[in-house]
Amino acid sequence: MTAQALVPREKKIAQKRIALTGNHAVALAVKMCRPDVIAAYPITPQTPVVEKLAEYVNNGELDAEYIPVESEHSAMSAVIGASAMGARTFTETSSQGLMHMYENLPIAVGLRLPIVMGVAARTISAPINVWGDYSDVMTMRELGWIIYIVQNAQEAFDTIIQAYRVAEDQRVHLPAVVAYDGFWTSHVLQPLDVPEDEEDVIRFSPITRSWVKLDVDKPLQLGAVGTPEWYWEIRWQAVEALRESLKVIEEIDREFDKWFGRSYGLFDTYRLEDAELAIVTYGSIYGLVKKVVNRLREEGVKAGALRLRVIRPWPGDKLRKALDNIEKVFVIDRAINHGGPLIGPMATEVAATLQRPVYNALATIGMRAIDSDMIYEAAVKVAKGLWAPNQTYTIGLRGGYE
Amino acid sequence: MVKTAVKAAEEYEGQYEYATFELPNEELFLPGHGLCAGCTIGVIARHMLKVFGPDTVIINPTGCAEVSTVVYPRTNWAVPWIHVAFGNGGSVASGIEAAIKALKRRGVIDPNRRINVVVFAGDGGTADIGFQALSGMLERGHKVIYVMYDNEGYMNTGIQRSGTTPFGASTTTSPAGKVVPGNIRHKKPMAAIAAAHGIPYVATANPAYVHDMVYKFKKAMEVNGPSFIHILQSCTPGWRFEPKYAIRVLELATETGYWVNYEIENGEFRVTLPVPRRKHVKCFLQLQGRFRHLKPDEIEYIQKVIDRDVEEINRLMGREVIGPLDPSLPCLTERK
Ligand SMILES: Cc1ncc(C[n+]2csc(CCOP(=O)(O)OP(=O)(O)O)c2C)c(N)n1
Repeated sequence: MTAQALVPREKKIAQKRIALTGNHAVALAVKMCRPDVIAAYPITPQTPVVEKLAEYVNNGELDAEYIPVESEHSAMSAVIGASAMGARTFTETSSQGLMHMYENLPIAVGLRLPIVMGVAARTISAPINVWGDYSDVMTMRELGWIIYIVQNAQEAFDTIIQAYRVAEDQRVHLPAVVAYDGFWTSHVLQPLDVPEDEEDVIRFSPITRSWVKLDVDKPLQLGAVGTPEWYWEIRWQAVEALRESLKVIEEIDREFDKWFGRSYGLFDTYRLEDAELAIVTYGSIYGLVKKVVNRLREEGVKAGALRLRVIRPWPGDKLRKALDNIEKVFVIDRAINHGGPLIGPMATEVAATLQRPVYNALATIGMRAIDSDMIYEAAVKVAKGLWAPNQTYTIGLRGGYE
Repeated sequence: MVKTAVKAAEEYEGQYEYATFELPNEELFLPGHGLCAGCTIGVIARHMLKVFGPDTVIINPTGCAEVSTVVYPRTNWAVPWIHVAFGNGGSVASGIEAAIKALKRRGVIDPNRRINVVVFAGDGGTADIGFQALSGMLERGHKVIYVMYDNEGYMNTGIQRSGTTPFGASTTTSPAGKVVPGNIRHKKPMAAIAAAHGIPYVATANPAYVHDMVYKFKKAMEVNGPSFIHILQSCTPGWRFEPKYAIRVLELATETGYWVNYEIENGEFRVTLPVPRRKHVKCFLQLQGRFRHLKPDEIEYIQKVIDRDVEEINRLMGREVIGPLDPSLPCLTERK
């Protein structure tokens, strides 16, 4: 079900409507989740998150240790250390910052630490470009992190709260990242509902401290050498925990709905039931895509849309059910899969899931401007058979493949 | 409990006063590790844990110490221990120290309990790849004890040069060749660099002088703020000496003035191990295969650099604590 469900729900907790940018919505959610330790390093477009958190801490609104580290490598290292000691932790980054953390990202998984990280998604160098696409987040897909990609400030706020619950769940104990569009979500002021009583957030997502920790009373070793006789079995537990987390993610999303009156599912669909053409995408451009679906429907094209939300673990079975009977699946990717079987990473995964060719185009690369007309034109080409599956197409690239 | 009077300087002129404290019998660095015969990492780890005690968390960046003491499912550490990566000892420790602070405020950890946060890292993990994380940790003032064991190279990956490899040493990435006589740079002065951060306690130590070393662990534990201890550590395959000389070669490092044990407490510098008369540096060099290729003029050059360093140290102390070169001293003396 979508967040915009028509039937009003009985809301358990009192909420108020405010306006915040995506970044500040994340910072507020983090504050309400009461992390013990925050490690912070600035990078555009996430910087306002760590600035706001510093403000909360220095004004006494949030009692946390705030470590202004000297790099992202150290930011991830510090939250790994803090989480290993039993603390609830937060850090946030974008682009080159994520690249600089990279070495430590799979280590957080192997040590089974429930770190929550925000990413205001931004493309990667070179050339240097501080604007939004999903080139950074997509590089995390093989590492074992839970990866959410959200659509707007409200969902970013809600998903941070959900992510702590999921990550710290006994069945999971894995790090989670919540990604959202750099600038289009991170910097745009949006209305959102937040609990009147902050305690409700910590009540929904209490700190479990249930993971394996460093404890002087029960000494143990974290990060021992895993020889070929042991490494695979140990790593496999993280593989299975990630698979298990799919059900936990859904369960906690449903429970969140009961408390807060909002839920998002593993992915979101729009007019998909009887569709013959499905436009699949992620992040903030889903709103434009839905507009295109309406326009196509008015013109007699049976179109629908699907927004990927949880890309790790990959909700393959459910996606298959949602898309199997749809003739043309058109994935608009927002990151380049250099030299891959398809030019976009999500198209590659959707094609593998459906076991058949899909249509694929790249858009918003380096935050190239996009509007619903451009998406409409591309969708029309797919609908009319002017574009073929398994080929490389671009939306908005000068001299690109169109 | 075994009473161990820690009066290091008594052996050396009796002019320095040290606190006396007891070292427990209890071993927290357990036997059965995979360190090489003649490796002194174990000597350092064992004594540091005797001083730091069970309420200690060890952060061990990648290197020999890590791979030879914590191979799953075995461990040689009876205290909580974590390895994250090679270049982040300082930042992992920063996070652990911050977590302890926060968890004490939350009542999750008893606020009255003192937990030592100790990084145990090699020279590569400290002076090179981990340099930034170390510097950040020191600059931010985390209460962490950083123990750098310096075997003067990347030994875990098979003896490559690091930023603390001395002049003339042959390593696999600074091999003694026809044109270049091994490593052409001098050791990065890590203790001085750490001290330049203005932290409360910095020291150099040598496991051949255990009393002096444990006294420094104790000092580091007691200061309020970051501390850094740079310890010379002999490495059998890397330095190429017979395992039985592991301690002798370290003694020679001190006896020749190649290595000086000192401390810098709140900015105040003092040599903790005076050397009345110095042996020629060739005594230290000739015991090791890594210097075997050096020609007499190269050895004399190294001697000159040491003479200059010793002069500087004596100047800092305002008197002669490291004595003159005495070529009549034999390299290896009979042991009592
Ligand atoms: C990012 C990274 N680069 C390289 C390595 C390979 N590596 C592992 S241990 C090591 C050398 C360690 O040297 P040092 O810190 O001096 O400790 P030692 O092995 O001498 O005990 C290297 C280069 C690594 N683990 N990580």
